[in-house]
Amino acid sequence: MAWSPSNAEETVEAVKDALAAGQTLELLGRGTRRAFGRPVAADAVLDLSRLTGVVAYQPEELILVVRPGTPMAEIADLLATNGQCLAFEPPDFGPLWGLPAHTGSIGGAVMTGRGGPRRLTAGAPRDHSLGVKGVNGFGEAFAAGGRVVKNVTGFDLPKLTAGSFGTLFAVTELTLKVLPAPPTSQTLVIAGLSDQAATAAMAQAMGCPAQVSSAAHLPADIARGSTVPEIAAAGAATTLLRVEGVKPSVSARIAHLADLLAGLGPLTVLDHQASGQAWSEIADARLLAGGEAQVWKLSVPPTLGAEIGRSLAGDLGGRCFYDWAGGGVWLEVPAASDAHAAQVRGVLAKVAGGDGHATLMRASEAVRTAVAPFQPPSPAVAALSERVRRQFDPQGIFNPGRMQP
Amino acid sequence: MAAGRLAFAHASRYVEADMQMPPPDAALLARRPEFVSALRAIVPGEGVIDDDAELAAYECDGLTAYRQRPMIVVLPETVDQVSRVLAYCHREGLKVVPRGAGTSLSGGSLPLADGIILGMGKFNRVLEVDYDNRCAVVQPGVTNLAVTQAVAQRGFYYAPDPSSQIACSIGGNVAENSGGVHCLKYGMTTNNLLGVEMVLIDGTVLRLGGKHLDPEGLDLLGVVCGSEGLLGVVTEVTVRILQAPETQRALLMGFADVEAAGACVAAVIAAGIIPAGMEMMDRLAIAAAEAFVKVGYPLDVEALLIVELDGPPAEVDHLIEVVREIGDRCGATYLRISTNETERLGFWAGRKAAFPAVGRISADYYCMDGTIPRAALPKVLTRMNELSQACGLRIANVFHAGDGNLHPLILYDADKPGELDLAEKLGADILTLCVEVGGVLTGEHGVGVEKRDLMEVQFGPSDLDQQQRLKCAFDADGLLNPGKVFPKLCRCAELGRVHIHGGKLRFPELERF
Repeated sequence: MAWSPSNAEETVEAVKDALAAGQTLELLGRGTRRAFGRPVAADAVLDLSRLTGVVAYQPEELILVVRPGTPMAEIADLLATNGQCLAFEPPDFGPLWGLPAHTGSIGGAVMTGRGGPRRLTAGAPRDHSLGVKGVNGFGEAFAAGGRVVKNVTGFDLPKLTAGSFGTLFAVTELTLKVLPAPPTSQTLVIAGLSDQAATAAMAQAMGCPAQVSSAAHLPADIARGSTVPEIAAAGAATTLLRVEGVKPSVSARIAHLADLLAGLGPLTVLDHQASGQAWSEIADARLLAGGEAQVWKLSVPPTLGAEIGRSLAGDLGGRCFYDWAGGGVWLEVPAASDAHAAQVRGVLAKVAGGDGHATLMRASEAVRTAVAPFQPPSPAVAALSERVRRQFDPQGIFNPGRMQP
Repeated sequence: MAAGRLAFAHASRYVEADMQMPPPDAALLARRPEFVSALRAIVPGEGVIDDDAELAAYECDGLTAYRQRPMIVVLPETVDQVSRVLAYCHREGLKVVPRGAGTSLSGGSLPLADGIILGMGKFNRVLEVDYDNRCAVVQPGVTNLAVTQAVAQRGFYYAPDPSSQIACSIGGNVAENSGGVHCLKYGMTTNNLLGVEMVLIDGTVLRLGGKHLDPEGLDLLGVVCGSEGLLGVVTEVTVRILQAPETQRALLMGFADVEAAGACVAAVIAAGIIPAGMEMMDRLAIAAAEAFVKVGYPLDVEALLIVELDGPPAEVDHLIEVVREIGDRCGATYLRISTNETERLGFWAGRKAAFPAVGRISADYYCMDGTIPRAALPKVLTRMNELSQACGLRIANVFHAGDGNLHPLILYDADKPGELDLAEKLGADILTLCVEVGGVLTGEHGVGVEKRDLMEVQFGPSDLDQQQRLKCAFDADGLLNPGKVFPKLCRCAELGRVHIHGGKLRFPELERF
């Protein structure tokens, strides 16, 4: 059974129908992120892909109001024609999951809550989520937030929406903050650093006034697979520091960084085009795409990433690379029925205590059912989250099991 | 119902105002001695205040218009004490109003006659500065400015800078999601907050986030920030720190009309520039500021714009020229560019002194805080002018122009009969106007008690129901800061009811009321 509403009123009717029929619902946009998280076991589908279109776009007010099923590619094009972007640099994990690139919707991008390399300095989808309209599990349409960039009126439900994986309510409209796209970018590349040395270099760069927007480190085995010739050809570990902005500023800041880090290793600079290509393959984890291996993404304090990544890649016979100045660890491990979850989360707990999480980003449906893809929260947070969820969806009809069993 | 009518005060004058708070519970008031001794068993020494004269110090916050003496003040020093105090209050049905430094401009920590004030001032230590991970871990009573001072030796700072930053606490900033003049570029508190430790009303202590990015699961940190003390009590805060920009320069531009100034702001953004600050003042505010601080503001303009750029010198020098060209194109009749720090601070001196400056030309003033789409500024100012003339009260406007956050200052004299009521009515009309043009009631001061009764202007019944349901998940008995934010108290059992016909309930094991 499937409902496929074309507007908010029909979405209310669909939810009421489902409530009356006692049916649980899998909420779908364009369906490109079904491999993210636990598989949903629902009676029926609530297909939101017909809720499309830009409701309002006011570049000078820095806001975009859009229906959730609108293709991401359409939004990226629209913003680009006005020199703007979604500053959280939405990643496209399609290729990681063996799907074509550029096929997802804006709703999916916000509901899965992930930001790309620029997330380090510019925030995640939640930081750009200003307003939301939706239909809750009481069958009521409601709105929260607003259409202006600065607003503290009432609880910040738009933030709660981002990253909720459709487990709270069915979204019918999103208001997002948009920002000027950086006119140019360059990336300073340091060759040959160990993971630990790269972590120190990235901390040094992030702590200087050069306003580095993204920092990543690719160990040699990962760097060799890059599609950027300057990175692949060197055959060495590659540390990347991105600087974005107006041309005179970018040149000056790259020069500042080069001075600061001279002596660490051979330095080169990627131009705007090569820089864009390098950060896009990092954002989308295309460096790990293809093959049957399983993929984890860990978020930890930046200085702890290298120890965790080295230890896990070594013990499990996998490989890893680091985004977010070391705090975002992408780890590829040989496929196993438990995805090595105990070891991954064990090392995380040993090194970082409770300060971080490990998310299983790619594994078969069976594995994602058997293993918790999302880091299990502390009992107190789990209980509170469940109470919050029941206040939106008292009967648990939306995406049951998606975030936790 | 005999609701608590509050004294509306300015300085030493007390006037009756119409703010209704939940009626005090006589049964609770009668148990005061019992509460005091139980709380003293948890927080020994001078941590529990029941002396009338000492309680008076807590009877209002930064919104001095509303005053109420609390039943008891509790000043815990440890997380364990906070947990035990809240668990006790939860068990006894005792209401709790959390308080940081008491600088709220919306009455967020206005006491209740039958409730306790939980003052977090003794949580005043910077626990850790972690430069390599670019964050600081502090207790909630640490002032906003003290965070920057704690990290300044290595060239770092904490970005959100509300105007009360010398006094306001980080815990209060988290509760209010405080902004400041630089938040267009650097974000509000929520965008600079990495984690908290907090205590729920039942005494549960939990951690949300930490030094890592994007805590897994529902973004509870996102709703706790800005929840105005209604969801829990924060006992530890982890914030992001940034490397301070190398240079800051500002332009001071005057315009013959507000439309031209507004067009200039829009053109700066359209050019892809997000300035560190972009502030506008209208003629009355300019005149008041210049008379007060004498920094050389032009007096023959209708609108004055301060645009500040920060970053590496190469960037700032480049963008200053771009903004200067935009200013010229938009018809600036006055344009100066700071060439040194003294000049730049001079540009800001008038703006930063705008509130006290207005205080010099009027017996009293009342500060509003709506946000509007910037394009609506000329319309809003025209309409405000009409409203002002209709009621005979002047309005001075200062405006965070970059993000549309408007601070109209209503000038009145509380000694003149009826003027206070007029000022309150005008304020409500202005905020209603902000919502009508597509804006919101509050950009950074919070709803508190001040704008509580206007919430229904911005939100429909189902919108407010959903917000209150969130409250039910954290505090089902409505003991944390009741009477704030929402015009009606929460009825969680009623809000939790699902109205369906036919079909079966999916969780028959759950208790329903």
